[in-house]
Amino acid sequence: MKRDKVIGAILLVVALSAISGLALITVFIFREGVPIILRVGPRQFFLSTDWDPSLGHFGILSMMVGSLFVTVGAAVIGVVFSLSLAIVLTQFAPPVLAAALKPVIELLAGIPSVVYGFVGVVTLVPLIRHWLGGPGLSVLAASIVLGVMILPTITSIAIDALEAVPRTYLEGSIALGATRWQTVTMVLLRAARSGLVAAVILGMGRAIGETMAVIMVAGNALDVPRSLLAPVRTLTSNIALEMGYASGDHRQALFATGVTLFVIITILNTAALAVSRQRSGKRHAR
Amino acid sequence: MASHALGAAYMKSIFPTLVVLLVFGTVGIGCRRTSARSVSLLGSTSIQPFAEMLAERYAKDHPGEFVEVQGGGSTAGLQAAESGLANIGMCSRSLTAKEALVFTSILIARDGLALVVNRENPVVKLSVEQVRALFAGRITNWNEVGGQEGPIRPITREEGSGTRESFVRLVMGSERIAGRALTQESNGAVKELVKGDPAAIGYMSLGLVGKELKPVAMDGIQPTVENVLAGRYHLVRPLLFVTKGTVNAAAQKFIDYVLSSHGQSLLASEGLVSLQ
Repeated sequence: MKRDKVIGAILLVVALSAISGLALITVFIFREGVPIILRVGPRQFFLSTDWDPSLGHFGILSMMVGSLFVTVGAAVIGVVFSLSLAIVLTQFAPPVLAAALKPVIELLAGIPSVVYGFVGVVTLVPLIRHWLGGPGLSVLAASIVLGVMILPTITSIAIDALEAVPRTYLEGSIALGATRWQTVTMVLLRAARSGLVAAVILGMGRAIGETMAVIMVAGNALDVPRSLLAPVRTLTSNIALEMGYASGDHRQALFATGVTLFVIITILNTAALAVSRQRSGKRHAR
Repeated sequence: MASHALGAAYMKSIFPTLVVLLVFGTVGIGCRRTSARSVSLLGSTSIQPFAEMLAERYAKDHPGEFVEVQGGGSTAGLQAAESGLANIGMCSRSLTAKEALVFTSILIARDGLALVVNRENPVVKLSVEQVRALFAGRITNWNEVGGQEGPIRPITREEGSGTRESFVRLVMGSERIAGRALTQESNGAVKELVKGDPAAIGYMSLGLVGKELKPVAMDGIQPTVENVLAGRYHLVRPLLFVTKGTVNAAAQKFIDYVLSSHGQSLLASEGLVSLQ
């Protein structure tokens, strides 16, 4: 099959170009970002909260903390809703309802982030300001918006994980006299555990990398947030806010912020991959 | 199986897409070459709405001419003028001594910088000293400056914004804006926030204040066009068109239009302080 070989070769070139693109980006941001970290000193750069580029102060601790808070907040909200959704859709909902709901959830993933941000600013932020106090633009607002944004990611991977649990496990549990709920909590969730963890980690990866919606609802203040209602600036917002103007050391410091983000996301994705590999490894052993 | 079908559908759909892209891309390049009558402006988001208005009127008055306006911020405007990305950069602050050596700047209007609060906020006047203390985080309660008991939430602009740099130069001096100040990336976002939050205070171009916000008198002087013209209101910054070297005829024609009495009266009618 000559044609197969040609197509195979073309696809290989395409695949390699994607990888080389990634390699180029990696080399570029590290080359631009690492020198300034060394010049400022890693301690100063990662452990100082003083960010004032016009004075040459580059400390990103408050933004790292900001990204962490917002991501964990989003994960908590995302996990609660996504797991519930996944369990209901795979175990309790009538098949017709599940078939109707799944595409709706996937549709959520297609809404541009600026729309989420806008809805957040117009509806969520005034609500928080009115009922809970503070400026409204806050860790809480960002967490809720991001939590909704990562819902489709976590839900669809979680559904896959739950559906991969062999039917015999569930039937066995029911046959032993367990209720449906007991079966879910004691058998299903445990059997699908590694898949669910991978889903959550991938969701967190999305949350920490999200920019536009966060800029709009987080308030972008430079202080370390002391409560859920305090404004916060994340690593991504910092890059996007200041990129347009930055030059010289400031520009490099933004690249260094990018390097930090890159490393964090790589760690998250590797963890997700490792966990899901562990799962498929187990399945082979069975 | 489903993924195979999807893949096939994808392959089928990608070729027309590529063809369309190719055609439009070529047409786009063609347009760029032929329309030498097009002028591009890039820079300050404070000048952008006024430049857009001018561009629209200019195109109406001069059929066949086309002016393209983009935001990005004052510093981005300078960079664009330097790299040739735009014919004219827009800059809403004074040039630094170093920048003044590189660029030619054309003053198109002056602009008052207004401190704005929510309409529900009873505070009507502040001193420059108070504003500085308030943005530096030394005053944190409205009752310290004649308002009701409650926290003050200062709203600032992002690093590199011309409005921010003017504010720092005119008000803050050597003091730093507090880290807890909310940072918004456009005049519109500041406006939206102050409109909804009785505790907020922000700063923006006088021409953009509108009726939904309340401008605060500085040292007893209301920020109005008349007071800026008379030299009584001191928070004033230049709005500049910035070019590097000589510009082409089309760009020069647009600059002349903006500086003409017609262009200036258009700017004045939008709330800026014209040059007369």
